Amino acid sequence: MSEPLLEVRGLCSGYGDSRVLDGISFSMGVEAVGIIGRNGMGKTTLCDTLMGLVPTTSGEVLLHGEHIEGRAPEKVARRGISYVPQGRRLFASLTVDEHLAMLAKGTRGKRWTPEAVYELFPRLAQRRSSGGTDLSGGEQQMLAVGRALLLNGSLVLMDEPSEGLAPTIVDVLVDVVHRLVAEGTAVLVVEQKLRAATAMAERQLVMVSGRIQAETTASELQADPELQRRYLGVGTAVEAGDHPNGASRERTE
Amino acid sequence: MVDTPVRTSTRDVARRLPALTVWLVLAFVAVWVLFLAEGTSAGPAVDDPGRFVVTLLDALTFAGLLFVVASGFTLIFGLMRTVNMAHGSLFLLAGFTAIAIQQSMVGKTTNIAPEDVSIWSWIGPLLLAAALVAVLGVVMHQVFLRWNQGQELRQALITIAISVILADQMLRQFGGLAKTMVWPGAVSHFVELFGERYATSRLFMLAVALVVGVALWLWLTRTRMGMVIRAGVDDEGMVRALGINATLVFAVTFFVGAFLAGVGGVMGASFAGAATGSDGTWLLNSLVVVIIGGLGSIKGAVAGSLLYGTVVAFSPAYLPSQYTFYSVIFSFALLALVLAVRPYGLFGRPA
Repeated sequence: MSEPLLEVRGLCSGYGDSRVLDGISFSMGVEAVGIIGRNGMGKTTLCDTLMGLVPTTSGEVLLHGEHIEGRAPEKVARRGISYVPQGRRLFASLTVDEHLAMLAKGTRGKRWTPEAVYELFPRLAQRRSSGGTDLSGGEQQMLAVGRALLLNGSLVLMDEPSEGLAPTIVDVLVDVVHRLVAEGTAVLVVEQKLRAATAMAERQLVMVSGRIQAETTASELQADPELQRRYLGVGTAVEAGDHPNGASRERTE
Repeated sequence: MVDTPVRTSTRDVARRLPALTVWLVLAFVAVWVLFLAEGTSAGPAVDDPGRFVVTLLDALTFAGLLFVVASGFTLIFGLMRTVNMAHGSLFLLAGFTAIAIQQSMVGKTTNIAPEDVSIWSWIGPLLLAAALVAVLGVVMHQVFLRWNQGQELRQALITIAISVILADQMLRQFGGLAKTMVWPGAVSHFVELFGERYATSRLFMLAVALVVGVALWLWLTRTRMGMVIRAGVDDEGMVRALGINATLVFAVTFFVGAFLAGVGGVMGASFAGAATGSDGTWLLNSLVVVIIGGLGSIKGAVAGSLLYGTVVAFSPAYLPSQYTFYSVIFSFALLALVLAVRPYGLFGRPA
């Protein structure tokens, strides 16, 4: 196997004395990978640590074989990780157009330009002059994805993209993820919802208490309610109602 | 797909109550100024419209100066959360420097008459002095503040220390006597307004403030750097996670913020003179404006300047003559009233 796109080895980090990431290790190529886990398992901290927004305590992160752990967020972003954070984190003072114009410099001739983003999400084009936070939840997520795409990175990192969105919008995002991978961009998507996670990526890493507890596949996870209960707990048992197997709704606590 | 939050009617009522109070206060003040203000130095506005217009112009022109100074302060705070306690020192230093430059341009150190001053021997010193303090601001940021980014208290203490040092050095260099920057001859006369004489220089000051305000607005809304700064005010971490070099943006912002303090300082030195102690006064003025308007908001700086300027101009004119002395209380009454209704200021958001 050739050199992986992203390789994480024994990554630890936390806030103050509390350790949230406790030795995360995985590697991925140009593919879609899901990281799935319950609330409070350290999923967002993993994203923020990869991006350099939370300092790394120990461990290594290699992107294209280059060390990026402990680097400033702007350096990590320019090395090729495009971040779509949890809660979108759009800029309240900027319009849709400005969100994209701000990052348009240097996109000419590359795959993703503001025009290409508007083509991908026609609904955004209709709301060009709306404020970033005046958009509906779905539009906000589209803008957050579009904004990240303008970096033309080799890896798109998404933190809970399906949060608070209607199923039809989630389908749009699923479609975008598949298109990105088909075009040669890797996608690492962190999710706690089974339906969104399994639709976006076949390879799934299960995160429990700051570690990668298991590696599984979307089909395995969907077919096995016991597995879901063990790794995803109550949150998913409730949500499992809308997945095709009609998994049981029994409670785990 | 539209998922706007539903607002309950009880919340609406609760939200309107403080606003109603404010409207009542405003209505009373308006009625007082228009009809009832007997025994005040200005008199009811319906009897003496000239004095009213002059007071209004005083308010606007002073607000213009306030805006120029406070916008620099709020810009720096908004992006970096740095409370620059040396903002007033930069203001005063620019004033003193511009006076020295003007004196050497005119070739006299004392008794400069407005006729001696061409428009360029006012604008030249303004730009030079403002650029000088802007560079000083950048040096201050790069040498002392960068390393303490995010540690607001430490940064505030560092800038207080710098302001104390600058105050002493300015005293040594420029002496303890008040000096005045001379307005250019072209604007040093009076115009007739509603039977009152009004200084053209104050209108000129308002024009300069408007030019600065429009330039700042265009910069923030029409340029990439402006968008990045506004985005950084909202969420600095996210801006960096999008690959934007925050260090450069911070340096530019500090340059512009200090430049604005400098422009304000030169305007202030022409308007009221530069003297030991006006650094503290103008730091306080900036603080009052941005607390009223909301820390970090340029719109807030406009609103805060207008409100504060209005109160400063109107309260001595429309208080009963024997109470004029107490007019300064009203600035702080304004502050209290605004904070009671909007704890983060008019356009402020929780940090």
